[in-house]
Amino acid sequence: MALNKESNGFTFGFAIVLVVVLGIILASLAEGLKPLKEQNVRVKKQIDILSAMMDVEEAGINRSNAELEFPKYVNLDDAVVLNNSGDEIGKGKEAFEIDIKKEYRDKTLETKDKRFPLFIAKDKTDSTRYIIPVVGKGLWGPIWGYICLKEDMRTVAGVSFAHKTETPGLGAEINKPFFMDRWKASMISDASRNFKKYEVVKDNSGSTDPSKIDGITGGTITSKGVEEMVNRSLAIYSNYFKNINTK
Amino acid sequence: MSTEKKSSEPLFSKKNKKLITDPLTDNNPVTIQVLGICSALAITVQVNQAIVMSLSVLFVIIMGNWIVSLLRNLIPSRIRIIVQLLIVASLVIIVDQVLAAYLPDLSEKLSVFVGLIITNCIIMGRLEAFAMANKPWPSILDGFGNGIGYGAILIIVAVFRELLGSGTLMGIPIFGNPLPGEESGLYELGYQNNNLMILPPMALIIVGIIIWVQRSRNKALIEEH
Repeated sequence: MALNKESNGFTFGFAIVLVVVLGIILASLAEGLKPLKEQNVRVKKQIDILSAMMDVEEAGINRSNAELEFPKYVNLDDAVVLNNSGDEIGKGKEAFEIDIKKEYRDKTLETKDKRFPLFIAKDKTDSTRYIIPVVGKGLWGPIWGYICLKEDMRTVAGVSFAHKTETPGLGAEINKPFFMDRWKASMISDASRNFKKYEVVKDNSGSTDPSKIDGITGGTITSKGVEEMVNRSLAIYSNYFKNINTK
Repeated sequence: MSTEKKSSEPLFSKKNKKLITDPLTDNNPVTIQVLGICSALAITVQVNQAIVMSLSVLFVIIMGNWIVSLLRNLIPSRIRIIVQLLIVASLVIIVDQVLAAYLPDLSEKLSVFVGLIITNCIIMGRLEAFAMANKPWPSILDGFGNGIGYGAILIIVAVFRELLGSGTLMGIPIFGNPLPGEESGLYELGYQNNNLMILPPMALIIVGIIIWVQRSRNKALIEEH
Protein backbone atom coordinates (compact mmCIF):
# COMPACT_ATOMS: atom_id res chain seq x y z
CA MET A 1 0.00 0.00 0.00
CA ALA A 2 1.56 3.24 -1.05
CA LEU A 3 1.27 5.76 1.71
CA ASN A 4 1.83 9.42 1.18
CA LYS A 5 3.25 10.28 4.57
CA GLU A 6 3.18 13.98 3.89
CA SER A 7 -0.56 14.03 3.24
CA ASN A 8 -2.85 15.74 5.75
CA GLY A 9 -4.71 12.51 6.36
CA PHE A 10 -1.59 10.58 7.30
CA THR A 11 -0.27 13.40 9.47
CA PHE A 12 -3.51 13.58 11.44
CA GLY A 13 -3.81 9.82 11.61
CA PHE A 14 -0.23 9.45 12.85
CA ALA A 15 -0.70 12.13 15.48
CA ILE A 16 -3.92 10.59 16.74
CA VAL A 17 -2.55 7.06 16.92
CA LEU A 18 0.62 8.21 18.67
CA VAL A 19 -1.23 10.26 21.25
CA VAL A 20 -3.70 7.47 21.97
CA VAL A 21 -0.94 4.87 22.34
CA LEU A 22 1.18 7.09 24.61
CA GLY A 23 -1.91 8.09 26.57
CA ILE A 24 -2.83 4.47 27.25
CA ILE A 25 0.72 3.61 28.32
CA LEU A 26 1.03 6.58 30.68
CA ALA A 27 -2.45 6.23 32.13
CA SER A 28 -1.99 2.55 32.92
CA LEU A 29 1.45 3.22 34.42
CA ALA A 30 0.08 5.99 36.62
CA GLU A 31 -2.82 3.79 37.74
CA GLY A 32 -0.53 0.85 38.37
CA LEU A 33 1.86 2.85 40.53
CA LYS A 34 -0.84 4.83 42.33
CA PRO A 35 -1.15 2.57 45.41
CA LEU A 36 2.63 2.64 45.86
CA LYS A 37 2.82 6.40 45.58
CA GLU A 38 -0.08 6.94 47.97
CA GLN A 39 1.56 4.62 50.43
CA ASN A 40 4.82 6.57 50.12
CA VAL A 41 3.03 9.80 50.95
CA ARG A 42 1.27 8.22 53.93
CA VAL A 43 4.48 6.66 55.25
CA LYS A 44 6.37 9.92 54.85
CA LYS A 45 3.72 11.73 56.85
CA GLN A 46 3.88 9.14 59.62
CA ILE A 47 7.66 9.43 59.82
CA ASP A 48 7.44 13.23 59.87
CA ILE A 49 4.90 13.18 62.70
CA LEU A 50 7.00 10.79 64.75
CA SER A 51 10.23 12.66 64.14
CA ALA A 52 8.87 15.70 65.99
CA MET A 53 8.55 13.52 69.07
CA MET A 54 11.58 11.26 68.87
CA ASP A 55 14.70 10.31 66.97
CA VAL A 56 13.15 8.02 64.39
CA GLU A 57 16.51 6.78 63.16
CA GLU A 58 17.54 5.76 66.63
CA ALA A 59 14.23 3.95 67.11
CA GLY A 60 14.90 2.08 63.88
CA ILE A 61 11.85 3.47 62.11
CA ASN A 62 12.17 3.83 58.38
CA ARG A 63 10.01 3.71 55.31
CA SER A 64 9.72 -0.06 55.40
CA ASN A 65 8.31 -0.41 58.92
CA ALA A 66 6.71 2.96 59.60
CA GLU A 67 3.17 1.73 59.00
CA LEU A 68 3.62 -0.89 61.72
CA GLU A 69 5.47 1.35 64.17
CA PHE A 70 3.30 4.46 63.82
CA PRO A 71 0.19 3.10 65.61
CA LYS A 72 2.39 2.05 68.55
CA TYR A 73 2.99 5.71 69.30
CA VAL A 74 0.06 7.59 67.83
CA ASN A 75 -3.51 6.52 68.40
CA LEU A 76 -5.40 8.12 65.54
CA ASP A 77 -8.75 7.58 67.32
CA ASP A 78 -7.66 10.21 69.84
CA ALA A 79 -6.73 12.74 67.19
CA VAL A 80 -8.70 15.98 67.11
CA VAL A 81 -9.65 18.39 64.34
CA LEU A 82 -9.89 22.09 65.20
CA ASN A 83 -11.30 25.07 63.38
CA ASN A 84 -9.63 28.43 62.97
CA SER A 85 -10.54 29.61 66.46
CA GLY A 86 -9.36 26.47 68.18
CA ASP A 87 -12.71 24.77 68.74
CA GLU A 88 -12.99 21.05 68.28
CA ILE A 89 -14.95 20.20 65.14
CA GLY A 90 -14.00 16.58 64.60
CA LYS A 91 -12.29 13.57 66.04
CA GLY A 92 -10.55 10.41 64.94
CA LYS A 93 -8.92 9.17 61.78
CA GLU A 94 -10.09 12.05 59.60
CA ALA A 95 -7.38 14.17 61.23
CA PHE A 96 -4.70 12.18 59.43
CA GLU A 97 -6.39 12.59 56.05
CA ILE A 98 -6.44 16.39 56.17
CA ASP A 99 -3.93 17.89 53.75
CA ILE A 100 -3.03 21.10 55.58
CA LYS A 101 -0.58 22.11 52.86
CA LYS A 102 -3.40 22.06 50.35
CA GLU A 103 -5.78 23.95 52.65
CA TYR A 104 -3.10 26.53 53.43
CA ARG A 105 -2.55 27.25 49.75
CA ASP A 106 -6.20 27.10 48.77
CA LYS A 107 -7.17 30.73 48.14
CA THR A 108 -10.85 29.88 47.66
CA LEU A 109 -11.12 28.29 51.09
CA GLU A 110 -12.09 30.79 53.77
CA THR A 111 -9.95 30.87 56.87
CA LYS A 112 -12.88 29.88 59.05
CA ASP A 113 -13.40 26.74 56.98
CA LYS A 114 -9.81 25.55 57.28
CA ARG A 115 -9.20 22.55 59.48
CA PHE A 116 -6.32 22.01 61.87
CA PRO A 117 -5.52 18.49 62.99
CA LEU A 118 -3.92 17.65 66.35
CA PHE A 119 -2.34 14.26 66.96
CA ILE A 120 -2.12 12.79 70.41
CA ALA A 121 0.69 10.35 71.00
CA LYS A 122 2.57 8.42 73.65
CA ASP A 123 6.34 8.54 73.68
CA LYS A 124 8.66 5.76 74.78
CA THR A 125 8.17 6.53 78.45
CA ASP A 126 4.40 6.44 77.94
CA SER A 127 3.88 10.13 78.63
CA THR A 128 1.34 11.97 76.51
CA ARG A 129 2.56 14.11 73.65
CA TYR A 130 0.62 16.55 71.46
CA ILE A 131 1.79 16.86 67.90
CA ILE A 132 0.82 19.91 65.87
CA PRO A 133 1.34 20.11 62.11
CA VAL A 134 2.40 23.50 60.75
CA VAL A 135 2.84 24.83 57.23
CA GLY A 136 4.11 28.12 55.85
CA LYS A 137 6.28 29.90 53.31
CA GLY A 138 10.06 30.04 53.14
CA LEU A 139 12.16 32.10 50.76
CA TRP A 140 11.71 29.97 47.64
CA GLY A 141 8.84 27.66 48.42
CA PRO A 142 6.77 25.90 51.04
CA ILE A 143 8.11 24.95 54.46
CA TRP A 144 6.31 22.70 56.90
CA GLY A 145 6.81 20.73 60.03
CA TYR A 146 5.47 19.28 63.25
CA ILE A 147 5.70 20.65 66.76
CA CYS A 148 5.48 18.25 69.67
CA LEU A 149 4.29 19.47 73.07
CA LYS A 150 4.71 17.79 76.44
CA GLU A 151 1.79 16.71 78.61
CA ASP A 152 1.55 20.18 80.15
CA MET A 153 0.46 21.39 76.69
CA ARG A 154 2.92 24.27 76.97
CA THR A 155 6.47 23.02 76.73
CA VAL A 156 7.91 22.03 73.37
CA ALA A 157 9.29 18.48 73.43
CA GLY A 158 10.67 18.64 69.94
CA VAL A 159 10.06 19.86 66.41
CA SER A 160 10.71 18.65 62.92
CA PHE A 161 10.88 21.07 60.04
CA ALA A 162 11.14 20.42 56.34
CA HIS A 163 11.27 22.51 53.21
CA LYS A 164 10.98 22.07 49.50
CA THR A 165 13.53 24.36 47.92
CA GLU A 166 15.28 26.54 50.49
CA THR A 167 18.90 27.51 49.76
CA PRO A 168 21.24 24.65 50.70
CA GLY A 169 23.60 25.65 53.48
CA LEU A 170 21.45 28.63 54.44
CA GLY A 171 17.67 28.45 54.75
CA ALA A 172 17.74 24.72 54.10
CA GLU A 173 19.38 24.26 57.48
CA ILE A 174 15.98 24.55 59.19
CA ASN A 175 15.69 20.77 58.96
CA LYS A 176 19.06 20.21 60.65
CA PRO A 177 19.19 19.00 64.27
CA PHE A 178 21.17 22.02 65.50
CA PHE A 179 18.32 24.35 64.57
CA MET A 180 15.45 22.07 65.58
CA ASP A 181 17.06 21.37 68.96
CA ARG A 182 16.90 25.08 69.76
CA TRP A 183 13.12 24.78 70.03
CA LYS A 184 13.23 22.14 72.72
CA ALA A 185 12.00 23.29 76.15
CA SER A 186 10.68 26.57 74.75
CA MET A 187 7.16 27.55 75.82
CA ILE A 188 4.19 28.29 73.60
CA SER A 189 2.17 30.05 76.30
CA ASP A 190 2.57 31.85 79.61
CA ALA A 191 1.53 30.50 83.02
CA SER A 192 -2.14 31.34 82.46
CA ARG A 193 -1.98 29.59 79.07
CA ASN A 194 -2.20 32.73 76.97
CA PHE A 195 -0.36 32.29 73.71
CA LYS A 196 3.08 33.87 73.62
CA LYS A 197 4.52 34.75 70.24
CA TYR A 198 7.80 33.22 69.23
CA GLU A 199 10.58 35.42 68.01
CA VAL A 200 13.40 34.16 65.82
CA VAL A 201 16.30 36.40 66.80
CA LYS A 202 19.78 37.23 65.55
CA ASP A 203 21.37 38.40 68.79
CA ASN A 204 22.05 34.99 70.33
CA SER A 205 19.53 35.59 73.11
CA GLY A 206 17.52 32.51 72.15
CA SER A 207 19.00 30.26 74.76
CA THR A 208 17.94 32.47 77.67
CA ASP A 209 14.36 33.40 76.78
CA PRO A 210 11.86 30.52 76.34
CA SER A 211 9.98 32.31 73.57
CA LYS A 212 13.04 33.36 71.59
CA ILE A 213 14.86 31.12 69.15
CA ASP A 214 18.22 31.83 67.54
CA GLY A 215 17.82 32.11 63.79
CA ILE A 216 20.12 30.84 61.07
CA THR A 217 22.89 33.11 59.83
CA GLY A 218 22.29 33.86 56.17
CA GLY A 219 18.86 32.28 56.30
CA THR A 220 16.95 35.27 57.59
CA ILE A 221 13.93 35.04 55.33
CA THR A 222 13.51 31.32 55.91
CA SER A 223 13.91 31.86 59.66
CA LYS A 224 11.26 34.57 59.53
CA GLY A 225 9.07 32.16 57.55
CA VAL A 226 9.44 29.59 60.30
CA GLU A 227 8.55 32.24 62.87
CA GLU A 228 5.41 33.26 60.99
CA MET A 229 4.38 29.63 60.42
CA VAL A 230 4.83 28.65 64.05
CA ASN A 231 3.06 31.70 65.45
CA ARG A 232 0.10 31.50 63.09
CA SER A 233 -0.50 27.84 63.89
CA LEU A 234 0.25 27.88 67.60
CA ALA A 235 -2.12 30.81 68.16
CA ILE A 236 -4.94 28.50 67.10
CA TYR A 237 -3.83 25.46 69.05
CA SER A 238 -3.02 27.37 72.23
CA ASN A 239 -6.65 28.53 72.26
CA TYR A 240 -7.73 24.93 72.24
CA PHE A 241 -5.30 23.99 75.01
CA LYS A 242 -6.45 26.93 77.09
CA ASN A 243 -10.11 26.00 76.65
CA ILE A 244 -9.77 22.35 77.59
CA ASN A 245 -7.67 23.26 80.63
CA THR A 246 -9.97 25.95 82.00
CA LYS A 247 -13.21 24.08 81.47
CA MET B 1 16.93 -6.28 12.55
CA SER B 2 20.17 -7.01 14.30
CA THR B 3 20.66 -10.24 12.41
CA GLU B 4 20.60 -8.61 9.01
CA LYS B 5 22.91 -5.92 10.30
CA LYS B 6 25.49 -8.35 11.56
CA SER B 7 26.18 -9.57 8.06
CA SER B 8 26.89 -6.08 6.81
CA GLU B 9 28.51 -4.45 9.83
CA PRO B 10 29.80 -5.68 13.19
CA LEU B 11 27.82 -4.53 16.23
CA PHE B 12 30.72 -2.52 17.59
CA SER B 13 32.41 -1.42 14.39
CA LYS B 14 34.86 1.44 14.47
CA LYS B 15 32.15 3.80 13.33
CA ASN B 16 29.80 2.63 16.07
CA LYS B 17 32.45 2.87 18.76
CA LYS B 18 33.10 6.43 17.72
CA LEU B 19 29.44 7.18 18.43
CA ILE B 20 30.09 6.40 22.07
CA THR B 21 33.57 7.86 22.50
CA ASP B 22 33.09 11.12 20.61
CA PRO B 23 30.57 12.65 22.99
CA LEU B 24 32.83 11.72 25.87
CA THR B 25 35.74 13.76 24.61
CA ASP B 26 35.91 15.95 21.55
CA ASN B 27 32.21 16.35 21.00
CA ASN B 28 30.92 16.49 24.55
CA PRO B 29 27.34 17.81 24.59
CA VAL B 30 27.98 20.04 27.61
CA THR B 31 31.50 21.38 27.18
CA ILE B 32 31.76 21.50 23.40
CA GLN B 33 28.19 21.95 22.21
CA VAL B 34 27.28 23.82 25.42
CA LEU B 35 23.87 22.18 25.71
CA GLY B 36 22.01 21.06 28.81
CA ILE B 37 23.61 23.78 30.92
CA CYS B 38 20.37 24.50 32.80
CA SER B 39 20.30 21.17 34.59
CA ALA B 40 24.07 21.30 35.11
CA LEU B 41 23.42 24.35 37.27
CA ALA B 42 20.38 23.08 39.04
CA ILE B 43 21.09 19.63 40.36
CA THR B 44 24.84 19.55 40.88
CA VAL B 45 24.79 20.57 44.54
CA GLN B 46 24.98 16.93 45.61
CA VAL B 47 26.65 14.01 43.86
CA ASN B 48 23.71 11.69 44.62
CA GLN B 49 21.30 13.92 42.77
CA ALA B 50 23.69 14.30 39.85
CA ILE B 51 23.99 10.53 39.51
CA VAL B 52 20.25 9.91 39.52
CA MET B 53 19.72 12.81 37.13
CA SER B 54 22.39 11.39 34.80
CA LEU B 55 20.82 7.94 34.87
CA SER B 56 17.39 9.42 34.18
CA VAL B 57 18.69 11.41 31.22
CA LEU B 58 20.59 8.35 30.00
CA PHE B 59 17.41 6.29 30.03
CA VAL B 60 15.37 8.98 28.31
CA ILE B 61 17.95 9.70 25.61
CA ILE B 62 18.58 6.03 24.78
CA MET B 63 14.90 5.12 24.67
CA GLY B 64 14.03 8.34 22.85
CA ASN B 65 16.70 7.82 20.22
CA TRP B 66 15.64 4.22 19.76
CA ILE B 67 11.91 4.90 19.43
CA VAL B 68 12.37 7.90 17.13
CA SER B 69 14.78 5.89 15.01
CA LEU B 70 12.28 3.04 14.69
CA LEU B 71 9.58 5.48 13.64
CA ARG B 72 11.81 7.71 11.53
CA ASN B 73 10.36 6.56 8.20
CA LEU B 74 6.82 7.04 9.43
CA ILE B 75 7.00 10.38 11.22
CA PRO B 76 5.50 13.08 8.98
CA SER B 77 8.17 15.75 8.65
CA ARG B 78 5.74 18.60 9.31
CA ILE B 79 5.03 17.44 12.85
CA ARG B 80 8.31 15.71 13.62
CA ILE B 81 9.39 18.08 16.40
CA ILE B 82 6.05 17.68 18.16
CA VAL B 83 6.26 13.92 17.80
CA GLN B 84 9.78 13.91 19.28
CA LEU B 85 8.62 16.10 22.11
CA LEU B 86 5.70 13.77 22.82
CA ILE B 87 7.99 10.76 22.96
CA VAL B 88 10.49 12.51 25.24
CA ALA B 89 7.74 13.85 27.46
CA SER B 90 6.19 10.40 27.84
CA LEU B 91 9.54 8.85 28.72
CA VAL B 92 10.20 11.58 31.28
CA ILE B 93 6.80 11.01 32.88
CA ILE B 94 7.62 7.29 33.09
CA VAL B 95 10.92 8.09 34.85
CA ASP B 96 9.19 10.56 37.17
CA GLN B 97 6.45 8.10 38.12
CA VAL B 98 8.84 5.21 38.68
CA LEU B 99 11.08 7.38 40.88
CA ALA B 100 8.10 8.61 42.88
CA ALA B 101 6.96 5.05 43.46
CA TYR B 102 10.26 3.32 44.18
CA LEU B 103 12.72 6.03 45.28
CA PRO B 104 10.42 8.53 47.01
CA ASP B 105 13.18 10.30 48.94
CA LEU B 106 15.24 11.01 45.86
CA SER B 107 12.21 11.88 43.83
CA GLU B 108 11.36 14.55 46.41
CA LYS B 109 14.83 16.02 46.18
CA LEU B 110 14.92 16.09 42.39
CA SER B 111 11.35 17.38 42.37
CA VAL B 112 10.81 19.54 39.34
CA PHE B 113 14.13 18.81 37.66
CA VAL B 114 13.09 15.37 36.43
CA GLY B 115 10.23 17.04 34.61
CA LEU B 116 12.70 19.50 33.14
CA ILE B 117 14.54 16.68 31.37
CA ILE B 118 11.93 17.31 28.67
CA THR B 119 13.53 20.66 27.96
CA ASN B 120 17.08 19.33 27.99
CA CYS B 121 18.33 20.43 24.58
CA ILE B 122 20.75 17.51 24.36
CA ILE B 123 17.89 15.06 24.03
CA MET B 124 15.90 16.96 21.43
CA GLY B 125 19.17 17.72 19.64
CA ARG B 126 20.15 14.06 19.36
CA LEU B 127 16.65 13.01 18.28
CA GLU B 128 16.50 15.62 15.53
CA ALA B 129 20.13 15.44 14.41
CA PHE B 130 20.84 11.75 14.75
CA ALA B 131 17.91 9.43 15.39
CA MET B 132 15.77 10.88 12.57
CA ALA B 133 18.46 9.91 10.06
CA ASN B 134 20.00 6.74 11.44
CA LYS B 135 19.18 3.11 12.13
CA PRO B 136 18.06 2.03 15.62
CA TRP B 137 21.33 0.41 16.77
CA PRO B 138 23.62 3.38 16.01
CA SER B 139 20.94 5.62 17.52
CA ILE B 140 21.03 3.68 20.78
CA LEU B 141 24.82 3.98 20.86
CA ASP B 142 24.63 7.67 20.10
CA GLY B 143 22.14 8.14 22.93
CA PHE B 144 24.34 6.14 25.27
CA GLY B 145 27.45 8.16 24.37
CA ASN B 146 25.75 11.52 24.77
CA GLY B 147 24.01 10.49 27.97
CA ILE B 148 27.31 9.38 29.50
CA GLY B 149 29.08 12.48 28.21
CA TYR B 150 26.44 14.66 29.85
CA GLY B 151 26.44 12.64 33.06
CA ALA B 152 30.23 12.71 33.37
CA ILE B 153 30.31 16.51 33.34
CA LEU B 154 27.38 16.67 35.72
CA ILE B 155 29.10 14.41 38.22
CA ILE B 156 32.46 16.21 37.95
CA VAL B 157 30.73 19.52 38.66
CA ALA B 158 28.77 17.97 41.52
CA VAL B 159 31.91 16.52 43.13
CA PHE B 160 33.49 19.98 43.27
CA ARG B 161 30.35 21.69 44.49
CA GLU B 162 29.45 19.18 47.17
CA LEU B 163 33.02 18.78 48.44
CA LEU B 164 33.83 22.49 48.63
CA GLY B 165 30.32 23.71 49.38
CA SER B 166 29.15 21.22 51.99
CA GLY B 167 32.33 19.33 52.86
CA THR B 168 30.70 16.01 51.98
CA LEU B 169 30.67 13.51 49.12
CA MET B 170 27.44 11.58 48.52
CA GLY B 171 26.38 12.83 51.94
CA ILE B 172 29.44 11.44 53.73
CA PRO B 173 31.45 14.06 55.64
CA ILE B 174 34.98 14.38 54.27
CA PHE B 175 36.45 17.29 56.20
CA GLY B 176 34.95 16.56 59.62
CA ASN B 177 32.05 18.03 61.53
CA PRO B 178 31.30 21.71 60.76
CA LEU B 179 28.67 22.23 63.49
CA PRO B 180 29.47 25.25 65.66
CA GLY B 181 30.67 24.11 69.05
CA GLU B 182 31.52 20.57 68.00
CA GLU B 183 33.91 21.15 65.12
CA SER B 184 36.29 18.40 64.21
CA GLY B 185 38.81 17.69 61.45
CA LEU B 186 39.58 20.61 59.14
CA TYR B 187 36.85 22.75 60.69
CA GLU B 188 38.71 22.68 64.00
CA LEU B 189 41.58 24.43 62.24
CA GLY B 190 39.28 27.19 61.06
CA TYR B 191 38.30 25.84 57.65
CA GLN B 192 34.93 27.03 56.37
CA ASN B 193 32.65 25.65 53.70
CA ASN B 194 32.36 27.89 50.69
CA ASN B 195 28.69 28.85 50.51
CA LEU B 196 29.20 30.32 47.06
CA MET B 197 29.78 26.78 45.78
CA ILE B 198 26.21 25.91 46.67
CA LEU B 199 24.72 28.73 44.61
CA PRO B 200 24.04 28.12 40.90
CA PRO B 201 26.59 30.62 39.46
CA MET B 202 29.43 28.46 40.75
CA ALA B 203 28.27 25.58 38.57
CA LEU B 204 28.63 27.83 35.55
CA ILE B 205 32.14 28.80 36.59
CA ILE B 206 33.15 25.17 37.10
CA VAL B 207 31.75 24.22 33.70
CA GLY B 208 33.71 27.16 32.32
CA ILE B 209 36.90 25.87 33.91
CA ILE B 210 36.31 22.40 32.47
CA ILE B 211 35.78 23.95 29.03
CA TRP B 212 39.01 25.94 29.44
CA VAL B 213 41.06 22.91 30.53
CA GLN B 214 39.69 20.78 27.73
CA ARG B 215 40.41 23.36 25.05
CA SER B 216 43.86 24.16 26.24
CA ARG B 217 44.74 20.46 26.07
CA ASN B 218 43.26 20.08 22.59
CA LYS B 219 43.83 23.25 20.60
CA ALA B 220 41.76 21.91 17.69
CA LEU B 221 38.63 22.50 19.75
CA ILE B 222 39.13 26.24 19.98
CA GLU B 223 36.60 28.02 17.79
CA GLU B 224 37.86 30.67 15.40
CA HIS B 225 36.17 33.98 15.25
